[in-house]
Amino acid sequence: MTYTQLGVLAVAGTVVLDLWILRTRLLRRRAFWLSYAIVVFFQLVTNGLLTGLRIVRYDAAAILGDAQPVFIGAGRIAYAPLEDLLFGFALVTQAMAWWVFWGRHGVQRTPVAGPPRRWVTGGVLGTPPRDDGPAPGGSGDDQAP
Amino acid sequence: MAHLSYLGVLLFIVVGTGWLEVVLRTRVYRRWKRLLLSVAPLVALFVAWDLYAIARGHWTFDADRTTGVLFPGDLPLDEVAFFVVVPIAAILTLEAVRSVKGWTVGDEVEPEAPR
Repeated sequence: MTYTQLGVLAVAGTVVLDLWILRTRLLRRRAFWLSYAIVVFFQLVTNGLLTGLRIVRYDAAAILGDAQPVFIGAGRIAYAPLEDLLFGFALVTQAMAWWVFWGRHGVQRTPVAGPPRRWVTGGVLGTPPRDDGPAPGGSGDDQAP
Repeated sequence: MAHLSYLGVLLFIVVGTGWLEVVLRTRVYRRWKRLLLSVAPLVALFVAWDLYAIARGHWTFDADRTTGVLFPGDLPLDEVAFFVVVPIAAILTLEAVRSVKGWTVGDEVEPEAPR
């Protein structure tokens, strides 16, 4: 199979994994899509380095574009083959799905994330500061042996 | 130093997401057992994909910009590190979003009764 075909297959497999095998249903949550939007931006930056500097090179026969990395066009985006978006989606989404899967099955559901340190919420991010009390679900010390 | 280029990109990802653990209190590294269980299946799957792609010549690695440490199947150490670093970065991002936005991701409730 070509990289293109494998990429499409991987995205389909990822959807099946999330919705029906692990039943994590992250693809239906806005938290996932915001996270993915952040990740895909940084993927373009870091993958652009890996492909633009030719640390990784691609066989033109395996991808839609050709072997020459261009910034955009000819089957490439930020130097990387478009297929890397499929690959990245599969890797990133499956990582989050397994993480949520284990949490759902009681593996270290706590200590839960957040809240952010108060100087962040009060300042940089502009959201109202929350209590400094323990986060819902645990203060973070319940995992101590 | 050029042979550390690939690892340098990975270091950028580790540093670029690592602060989330401290500032947004994502508590991902702290839950390392759950993290290990989440990353392990991905390493297995994507190493298999990588080995296939390398064998078929889908992609190649610049010997001067990678460590040169190769696993069987000509799999660079750098690639294996990629499959550890990137999933952790993804999970940190998800927990950072949860920390800041307070949105649910689906692990907040008790799981259904065993099937």
